[in-house]
Amino acid sequence: MSSQVQSGPVTAPRIPSPKRPAGTLYRGREGMWSWVLHRITGTAIYFFLLVHILDTALVRISPDAYDAVINTYKTPVMGVGEAGLVAAIVFHAFNGLRIILIDLTAWGARHQRLMFWIVVGLWAVTMAGFLPRHLSVVFGGH
Amino acid sequence: MTATIPAPRSSSSRPRKVNWEKWGWLYMRISGVLLLVLVFGHLFVNLVAGDGVHAIDFAFVAGKWADPFWVVWDTLMLWLALIHGANGMRTLTNDYARGRLRKVLLGAILVSTIVLILLGSLVIFTFDPCIGAAQGGDLAQFCAAKG
Repeated sequence: MSSQVQSGPVTAPRIPSPKRPAGTLYRGREGMWSWVLHRITGTAIYFFLLVHILDTALVRISPDAYDAVINTYKTPVMGVGEAGLVAAIVFHAFNGLRIILIDLTAWGARHQRLMFWIVVGLWAVTMAGFLPRHLSVVFGGH
Repeated sequence: MTATIPAPRSSSSRPRKVNWEKWGWLYMRISGVLLLVLVFGHLFVNLVAGDGVHAIDFAFVAGKWADPFWVVWDTLMLWLALIHGANGMRTLTNDYARGRLRKVLLGAILVSTIVLILLGSLVIFTFDPCIGAAQGGDLAQFCAAKG
């Protein structure tokens, strides 16, 4: 049985103390990293949105002004930037659904760690579909 | 001396106020789901379909906004996304900024959001495809016929 009486002095188990923080200050694993990524991608998308509203507003000024600015979106450097933007949006969108499931369902709260990897998987599949198409458009020598 | 302690779970005597944080929380989730559809559709039509990003110019925008469907789509996206983003930045500001800096940043977020929503809505609803019609081409013929 588990409740045996111990004879002699009881010694505390020896737990080695960590020499330094293992990797990061917080060790929140999937839960923390999804939170960090959600904030970083959200901030990046927000600042692009501010610029994007302003550049689109040029259609109200003149076609030439709009075309001049939108043509910079077709350069290779901006093309890579658009790939990064889409990567951020897709992660933020799928992880947002994960957050909703965590908030509204008991199942979601229990399986938030599994859902993080599902988000990463769906992100990878979406990007695998988008990147070849977009990069061939950008670098395809139009 | 005795102190009276209200029974557990008895309702607060304070007058009920609007729980703005709750509505903000709810807004982020509802707008988030709608934005997933709106933004993915926007990205597909503008970056993936046809010639991708190379197809975008003034005529491309004029063609889209000739259809009320895309006017409604883009207006919804503008309002939902900017308020969603601004509320997210408000959360980050409350987490990481203190004192005067926090007040200044919250004010800047509020002002920029109001200005950009008004600007964006104005651009969509006063858009004039004939603004550059003098330059010739199909658009010039269309606008001349329109009078």
